Amino acid sequence: MGFSRADPLVKDLRRVLSSDRVRAAPLERSIMGRDASIFEGGQAGPVCFPISTEEVQGCVDAARRHGRAVVPRGAGTGLAGGAVPLEEPVVVVTTKMNRLLSVDADRRMAWVQPGMINLDLSRATAPYGLHFAPDPSSQQVCSLGGNVGTNAGGPHCLAHGVTSAHVLAVEVVLMSGEAVVLGDPDGWTPGLDLRGAYVGSEGMMGVTTAIAVRLTPDPPAVQTLLLAFDSVDAAAQTVSAVIADGIVPSAIEMMDKNIIWAVENFVGAGFPLDAAAVVIVEVDGLPGGVAEEADRVAELAVERGGSVRRAADDEERALLWKGRKSAFGAIAQIKPNYYLHDTVVPRTRLAEVMNQVYEIVEEHNLQVMNVFHAGDGNLHPLLLYDRREPGVMDRVHAAGSAIIEASLAVGGVLSGEHGIGIEKRDFMPLMFTEADLDAQGRLRRAFDPNEMANPGKVLPTGASCADVNALDKVPEGVWG
Amino acid sequence: MTGREVPAELESFAAEVGPDGPVAVVGGRTHWEVGGRCSEDTRLVRAPAGIRDFDPADMTIRVGAGTSVEELDAVLAEVGQRANLPLVSGATVGGVLAVGRDDVHAMGRGRLRDALLEAVYVAEDGRLVKVGGPTVKNVSGFDLCRLLVGSLGTLGLVGEVVLRTWPRPAFQQWLAGRCDPAELRRRLFWPSSILWDGQTAWVHLEGYESDVESEAELARSLGCTPVDGPPPLPAHRVPAGALEAEGFQDSYLVQFGTGTAYVSEPGPVFDPDPAVAALHHRLKSEFDPRNRLNPGRDPLVAL
Repeated sequence: MGFSRADPLVKDLRRVLSSDRVRAAPLERSIMGRDASIFEGGQAGPVCFPISTEEVQGCVDAARRHGRAVVPRGAGTGLAGGAVPLEEPVVVVTTKMNRLLSVDADRRMAWVQPGMINLDLSRATAPYGLHFAPDPSSQQVCSLGGNVGTNAGGPHCLAHGVTSAHVLAVEVVLMSGEAVVLGDPDGWTPGLDLRGAYVGSEGMMGVTTAIAVRLTPDPPAVQTLLLAFDSVDAAAQTVSAVIADGIVPSAIEMMDKNIIWAVENFVGAGFPLDAAAVVIVEVDGLPGGVAEEADRVAELAVERGGSVRRAADDEERALLWKGRKSAFGAIAQIKPNYYLHDTVVPRTRLAEVMNQVYEIVEEHNLQVMNVFHAGDGNLHPLLLYDRREPGVMDRVHAAGSAIIEASLAVGGVLSGEHGIGIEKRDFMPLMFTEADLDAQGRLRRAFDPNEMANPGKVLPTGASCADVNALDKVPEGVWG
Repeated sequence: MTGREVPAELESFAAEVGPDGPVAVVGGRTHWEVGGRCSEDTRLVRAPAGIRDFDPADMTIRVGAGTSVEELDAVLAEVGQRANLPLVSGATVGGVLAVGRDDVHAMGRGRLRDALLEAVYVAEDGRLVKVGGPTVKNVSGFDLCRLLVGSLGTLGLVGEVVLRTWPRPAFQQWLAGRCDPAELRRRLFWPSSILWDGQTAWVHLEGYESDVESEAELARSLGCTPVDGPPPLPAHRVPAGALEAEGFQDSYLVQFGTGTAYVSEPGPVFDPDPAVAALHHRLKSEFDPRNRLNPGRDPLVAL
């Protein structure tokens, strides 16, 4: 369906926003039909770029009057299809609401608009010696509103927790058009933790219009170690051993041989090309603890046959992290497409599940690279493929399903940080019973009784045994 | 649909709650009247107690909600770990989670609301519901765990929980003095607690020996001296912001980093934003339309 200037919904929206900020041309709608996931074929209705809470309210009111759903969208870097619009909803893009509203260094908090880029916040608060702890690999481009929507993680969430632990309050426009503040910028307000229920709701409870974030003091001391192993098993066992030893580093990241080669060629971070796996461990805090923990991590690695390199200075540390965070870009050298998975397993089962992932991928005649948050047990197998190869998507999806099942079989979960979106919606019954899913639906309806905020995501519709793996239930054409 | 194995204790807890009649879950009765009293005709049930599953290397623990926080702490202490729950004498794990008060060390160790990874509760229709997941990181579905913490059992009666555990540092030290708490916060890197009664500030340090010593030295230079522990927390909670606004004459104790203050006499009940109150009402209607779970208690007035 097309949206002309004369379309009554577009006309209504243009009464709220200046006309250049309501886009309805086919090209613009088609761009907003996708996010960073593999899903294609989303259908956006009019695309709005509000600059204030009042304008967001106006967009939501107009959508409601015309019986249209609303899909909130940040930078569009989500990997689970959470921002892919289904059935031509009004798409509310918050990228123009990208200001830092205030910083209170003494209270260690800031108010930001949802379109602010994650890394820009830490850059802006650096003069105060403070930063925003969640650091997704996409932090140079992803928005804080999107981080709230997915309850995003990142390498440094191991010690300090994911986004939810760093959000004090959110201002939200509900689908009724009301703006409401959930939580309290000081950290507590009487009543249910509505803030906590909202963070991670994947745009299905309202549109985030401002966020009170908790800021973390920069550590006085940091040590970053690069551990290299000649087997993935030894690397995974070292990760488990560090955790079991009672050390909670600020980050433990693991990369396997394939990704080491790709990254080294791309960035030149000095990763050893003869290693089967490397583990980056960062410990931070006060100098005494940092020194003791770094020594202990090194000991545990050497006991398991690993070699240890310590970053000598900030420059070397930055290079190691550049290597880690450039991993996804590096893959383009090998295959044009990749499908990044995201499951979590208990940390004691890492080695076992990694081996299963390799077996699954081989069975399906695919290539895999692993670069992931090992300290959390958060796996990120990247399945590489060339979509022009006939039938390859069937194999990619089959391998993906098998990886999910292997993770759940050892007591793991569907997603650690990317969210459910469209991608894992129909896998939810593998982890939750009908009663469990009913409770989630109730939470959603308490916020959005008519289910007009980002419909069709997270919760399977009419979930039953027959729906398991019924990925074709996702609207036609959405799976690429 | 997953067919989950349910432990017998949880099955019998669900059967005891049943599908009808007003019912409340009772823990250690340490905060029994926070947020209102249960009505007279309310049937009382107890959640199962005991450690269900604990592999210290995973740093997560599954326990019955009726387990005492002291027992949990003792089990974790044996392997050098702890959970971020307030160690209230006589209280249960389910009880402290339902009441939602942070431990006195929450500023450094983490908030109570972040301690819960998974919960299994009995819903108002008598069915068992699982929310969250057992791993330290999980975004599978909506984050109902956060909603249960501080809900006073008004949305569901929690029978079992999985908690994240943390290493227990080897060294710790309380100090106190007539110094500026904001200055302490600015200068010390990661104190686990700062309390302030308007005149005296208390600060708690923990970690590796040399770090605790150097931070304690810094605290001494700001006017603090070592003390045995923090003062007792007054009985009633108020938002720290309200304390400033209302100019409390009563004695108070502000807990930095949590937005909370404690006062000895109950503070005034604040009218919530109507939109916030409406969300509470709709949540209660969705989760307990017959108002049978902990009737008479209301998280909005839980001070």
